[in-house]
Amino acid sequence: MSHPTASAGSEAQTRYVLRFRRADRILHGMLMASFLCLALTGLPLLFAEAPWAARMAGLFGGYGVTGFLHRTAATVLIACFTLHLARILHRLYVKKEMGLLWGPDSLVPQPKDVVQMLQHLRWFLRLGPRPLFDRYTYWEKFDYWAVFWGMGIIGTSGLMLWLPGLFAHLLPGWVFNIALVVHGEEALLAMVFIFTVHFFNGHIRPEKFPMDTVIFTGRVSLEELEQDRPAEYERLLRDGKLEEAIATPPSHRLDLAGRLVGTTAVVLGFVMVVLSLYALLAW
Amino acid sequence: MILALLGLWIFPALSSAKDETPKPPTNDDCLTCHDDASATRSDGRPLAPVKDQLASSLHGALGIACVDCHVDLAKTADFPHEEKLQRASCAACHADAVTAYTKSIHASARRAATESPAASCADCHGSHDIKPASDPGSLSNHFNVPDTCARCHGNPETIEKGKIAAGNVPLSYDDSIHGKALRKSGLKVAPNCATCHGNHDIRKAKDATSKVFHANIPATCGSCHEGIKTVYEESVHGKAVKEGNPRAAVCADCHTAHGIKTVGPAWHLEVARECGTCHQESIRTFRDTFHGKVTALGFERAATCSDCHGSHDILPRKDPRSKVAAGGRLATCQKCHTGVSANFARYDPHADPENRERNPTLYYTTQFMRLLLGTVFAFFGIHTALWLPRSWKARRDNQRNGKKS
Repeated sequence: MSHPTASAGSEAQTRYVLRFRRADRILHGMLMASFLCLALTGLPLLFAEAPWAARMAGLFGGYGVTGFLHRTAATVLIACFTLHLARILHRLYVKKEMGLLWGPDSLVPQPKDVVQMLQHLRWFLRLGPRPLFDRYTYWEKFDYWAVFWGMGIIGTSGLMLWLPGLFAHLLPGWVFNIALVVHGEEALLAMVFIFTVHFFNGHIRPEKFPMDTVIFTGRVSLEELEQDRPAEYERLLRDGKLEEAIATPPSHRLDLAGRLVGTTAVVLGFVMVVLSLYALLAW
Repeated sequence: MILALLGLWIFPALSSAKDETPKPPTNDDCLTCHDDASATRSDGRPLAPVKDQLASSLHGALGIACVDCHVDLAKTADFPHEEKLQRASCAACHADAVTAYTKSIHASARRAATESPAASCADCHGSHDIKPASDPGSLSNHFNVPDTCARCHGNPETIEKGKIAAGNVPLSYDDSIHGKALRKSGLKVAPNCATCHGNHDIRKAKDATSKVFHANIPATCGSCHEGIKTVYEESVHGKAVKEGNPRAAVCADCHTAHGIKTVGPAWHLEVARECGTCHQESIRTFRDTFHGKVTALGFERAATCSDCHGSHDILPRKDPRSKVAAGGRLATCQKCHTGVSANFARYDPHADPENRERNPTLYYTTQFMRLLLGTVFAFFGIHTALWLPRSWKARRDNQRNGKKS
């Protein structure tokens, strides 16, 4: 068992650190649910001529219902994104957490990230030691900012396609031609990226297989922290903040729910990647 | 029975003794045997019971003599006559019909092969029991014609033997709007086979004089659908047909011939495919658009070809009366997108992401998106492929350490 959280016997000795707060976990849950729904309902339209497309839309109750679900999930996702932005602003302006902007607790890309990416690639090739990652690694930052880029591109183009009459008061009609292509291609990028790269990096790569549940439970064992993020571990020790960061162990129910939800998402994602590849290669 | 046969044989023989040419037998003479239930042929089969059939037939009512049709028996002196008679002749009375028939596909098929199952007069009209078309029991009654034709055209054996290229068309017809109108609704204005194909002089579709020859189809359909014909003749398709373009769409190209369906939502989605069989470039670019995608999924409310271009009245884009002409395009969009601005109509419903001349912005956007997807997946593809074996090793190391501790 690579995952100490699951071994009930050693649970008494295992200590946990809080990595994601509850609000962030809820927002990730909303993001995940709405994104999966958007992918499931958008895929038949993106590959409308694939032999499975009409049947998949039929599964949701026909194209009319599929479109309705897609727009509902889009609304949830936009709400989720807005809440996240509001939360960031609150932490910056009210709680004065300036560490969000720079430093080890910030998701802002920093020179260190480029260095660590190169070190990591070197380690892949067995040409050097594994870099000493801190709280957020370069690939995690990429995932985080990719959502911003995606929200901007897919969200804007999606709203234009949703309300073309309104947008045509400001923009010429040919932007809807652009919007459809951009919406589809960017969605394909987001989907395949999340369902392959993000799932591999974040949830199911061999060290974490079958499921890293930290985004669901919010807790990571001290042992795992020391191994995966040695810089953060050292920093907490050095600053004497480790005891402060210690959290209660994840409840068994939460861990199980995380595994179930995570595995469902991975399976759905895998199915959608296969359907996409089938449609792309069949043409 | 032997007495009866003897009588038949003796009686004309006596009369011929007076006159050189034998007197033709009367119907009563014929019925001497043909109304005798015990009379048989040489192989033992009974004779056809023609008396009742004749009595109920149009010919019977008119008092037509047996020998008027069986002309070879008019000069026969020896009775009982040969069992194998000449084919009954209709031409003496129905000269026009027979002349028309000799030019038909049925007649030419029979001329080409004596074994051909192609129809002659009796196959469609019956023989001794022949009835006027006005009689509901007649084979040629308006409502019975589909069944009469189906006796051959709906019979797989005959279709194979007669090499009928169109196949089992009665199946399609029965399911069509015309077939249902005739059979289910009993509409006398509903067309049967003969309405479109003619009757005695049915010609091959390739024959320029055929009612179903490509260029003649609008006139054939227009004999009922006259209002549509008038509009169609002014359309880009109608004019092209008139100018002799053999590929321009006529009625049957969009509506099919035998299986014509009601023009409803389902048909509305299907017809785009029909347009696309000729307009291949347009259907390809259409399928890339939102309209094309949702209609491919079966969403009936989105526009397909005819919603923007019209149907029977399609005009070229350069014609100012066209629904897609620069001046009228906005009104066409507004049929569905109520109240949209003039800006809206600058949308390209056939935008082609591969065409730099027609859609430059779309072309470069598409190229950029492809580059973006390619770059991201190439980098992370390699990243993941390199990480995978290292991660496997880390897992094994962890397991080993875990076991030790």
